[in-house]
Amino acid sequence: MDMNMNQYLEVFIEESKEHLQACNQNLLELEKNPTNLSIVNEIFRSAHTLKGMSATMGYEDLANLTHQMENILDLIRQSKLLVSPELLDVVFSATEHLEEMVQSISEGGDGKCDVKDVIQKLKMIEKGETPIQTSAKQEAAVTVEEKVSTKNFDQFELTVLIQSAEQGFNTYEVAVSLREDCLLKAARVFMVFEVFEALGEVIKSTPSVDLLEEEQFDNEFTVTYVSKETEKTIIQKVMNISEIEKVVVTPFSPLEIQQVYGRRDESEVTVGKEENQIALESNETVNDNSDDKTQQPKANIGNKTIRVNIERLDILMNLFEELVIDRGRLEQISSELNNQELHETVERMSRISGDLQNIILNMRMVPVEMVFNRFPRMVRQLARDLNKKINLEIFGAETELDRTVIDEIGDPLVHLIRNAIDHGIETPSERRSKGKSEEGRVHLKAYHSGNHVFIEIEDDGAGISREKVLNKAIKNNIVIAQSAASLTDKQVYELIFASGFSTAEKISDISGRGVGLDVVKNTIESLGGSVSVDSNFGKGSIFSIQLPLTLSIISVMLVGIQNEKFAIPLSSIIETAIVKKEDILYTHNQKVIDFRGKVVPLLFLKDIFDVPVLSENGDFLSVIIVRKGDKMAGLVVDSFIGQQEIVLKSLGNYLANVFAISGATILGDGQVALIIDCNALIN
Amino acid sequence: MTETTISELKIIVFQLKNKEYAIPVTQVRSIEKMQHITRVPGVAQYIKGVINLRGLVTPIIDLGYRFGLAEAEMTDSTRIIIAVLNDSEVGLIVDAANDVLDIQTETIEPPPEIIGGNEDEYVNGVVKIGKRLLILLDLEKVIKIANMIEV
Repeated sequence: MDMNMNQYLEVFIEESKEHLQACNQNLLELEKNPTNLSIVNEIFRSAHTLKGMSATMGYEDLANLTHQMENILDLIRQSKLLVSPELLDVVFSATEHLEEMVQSISEGGDGKCDVKDVIQKLKMIEKGETPIQTSAKQEAAVTVEEKVSTKNFDQFELTVLIQSAEQGFNTYEVAVSLREDCLLKAARVFMVFEVFEALGEVIKSTPSVDLLEEEQFDNEFTVTYVSKETEKTIIQKVMNISEIEKVVVTPFSPLEIQQVYGRRDESEVTVGKEENQIALESNETVNDNSDDKTQQPKANIGNKTIRVNIERLDILMNLFEELVIDRGRLEQISSELNNQELHETVERMSRISGDLQNIILNMRMVPVEMVFNRFPRMVRQLARDLNKKINLEIFGAETELDRTVIDEIGDPLVHLIRNAIDHGIETPSERRSKGKSEEGRVHLKAYHSGNHVFIEIEDDGAGISREKVLNKAIKNNIVIAQSAASLTDKQVYELIFASGFSTAEKISDISGRGVGLDVVKNTIESLGGSVSVDSNFGKGSIFSIQLPLTLSIISVMLVGIQNEKFAIPLSSIIETAIVKKEDILYTHNQKVIDFRGKVVPLLFLKDIFDVPVLSENGDFLSVIIVRKGDKMAGLVVDSFIGQQEIVLKSLGNYLANVFAISGATILGDGQVALIIDCNALIN
Repeated sequence: MTETTISELKIIVFQLKNKEYAIPVTQVRSIEKMQHITRVPGVAQYIKGVINLRGLVTPIIDLGYRFGLAEAEMTDSTRIIIAVLNDSEVGLIVDAANDVLDIQTETIEPPPEIIGGNEDEYVNGVVKIGKRLLILLDLEKVIKIANMIEV
């Protein structure tokens, strides 16, 4: 590839990924709503863009496969094909191949992939029997599509058709093509309709009459028509009008149509009625169909984005923080000078830079959804492969994480989810025999807590067998038999993260390669996080990943301890209290207080952190009640300064692992404040 | 003359008590005025704490204390030399940073037997310029990561 192309490669890869993601999401959506053609349109658009891009970049396999996929989608949106799970399987697998190819390109490969198989399948679907049988006799392709699209009748139209047929009328599909150079299309249409009305009755027209009058169609339209005349007469009469290219009249039986409807579920018919044909016609005239837009507002509003190198954001952030320091100084100077105008200007600048700060900080944060949204499809595929029924529920997808962390956690999560589905969730029959519902449940949950983001993967499957794990661990020399008995359940479960461990009795492709969980653990630890597992045998397991907010915004309570300022994450805080010194109780050399009926130990931060004591305070203690799990503690400080959003910064390589300090932040005045790690304090 | 073949070394000269020390300019990112240092509890005593250096939280070492001299007194001439080692920045508190000099590498002599204090182990060599004696420091040894946190 020449240099010119290379510079677009990155954009191509990113955009391809986005389009594929959109495809995936919409396909899943379509599976739930197989009759919603506007979703198909969305997918079609993504596929189309992808095709164009990959052809431009010279990735032929990619372009070919998308092209084939596009054909199928086109048939669907023209209602020539009905959406079925089998069809979706093939389309999904095509998307998967596309993803592989894009992946290969992004890794510097040539994006080639053996796609013959999928293309073959897609072609078969394209040619093959569609759920609504379009008759083989159709002469022109145009007629076929028009025919079927008008066959989406509502109940009323269907009744009229059937009654007309009973009264001896012939029912026809009439497709009329105007000449390319036809100037006053609406006028021609009017003339055609006049002829129609003279000979019979138009039941339905595609596009609708309104649209035809507004010339909102290409050169063809189709009507459903009842008449006592023969096909020949109709063609003759219509052809008499000038500037008509072609007329195709196809007789059909309304009873057949009714049968087809019978096979579809009823809701679709109602939907068809409500949408009053317009949704169906929107296939042809997407651009002007306001009803269509209101139905799918989400899909049509694309976010406008530009790509920015993350390094630039880093630089921006650091520069901004320098600005913040000067802002702090300015504020101080202005308060000393006591000049009204200066004061106002500085205040205004502070406000603006505050907003700016928020924007800059948020720019780096990406919702974890970026990673999560590929899971529904993966789970669907796994469930089908393993013949299990699985309901994946995702919570907290909006939780934000720094982009750098997001990029790394994908693979570990895939592994854990696969693990949960493969080893955790039982087969439907097993589940039935255990008295569980056939459908297994997998919860994927993300949330902020303390200085961390937690991601949990919980399943209601078989759980982990202590015995099996121990036997395996002993066999693989991970633990020695003598010490095994003294291990707690949790300690035993943690053994599955040891390298060379696989508890599945038979090795499957999904996750039983035995190299799994230790890799997960390593990856997460390399991110500065940790992973743990807990399980209830027979009831399910929960994997919990704790990730640091390497660069994340958290809310803290700033507190003063003597002359020093510390930040306590709000998420750890239950409440603040002022306690009289005489209310302190003593137990085993430990000062405690009675807090809402609970005995809460007091931790004097100035002792824990060796804060130089300059002045003793009076009879009252300022206490912040914090919790870790169900344990509580009261942190004694000297003053509450206030609540603030801060950027979490690491203390750097030299000062990693300072006791009970999880990081630092830079305050508005440019000074560094340390962030207290409450989890380390409560133990 | 063989001047062209003599390799030169640019050094930053700074003062601690009454001695002059030097480190190669390539290891120095900047020299900052004294500013508020946030104390970090539970670390070695010679680590004064951290400062905000253009948005980066940077640890600060009291070099004098590290060398067994008295704790630094903060005066108007007190400076923080920001040194770069292994991609991490560390600040060194010095009494004054007064000079940038070019020295010829050949003039560097091995450290004399007795310099005094426990800084011997951090010394790379000495350079005599006229009456001045500059002590060249080995920063790697000064900032031993393992020593930063008291166990």
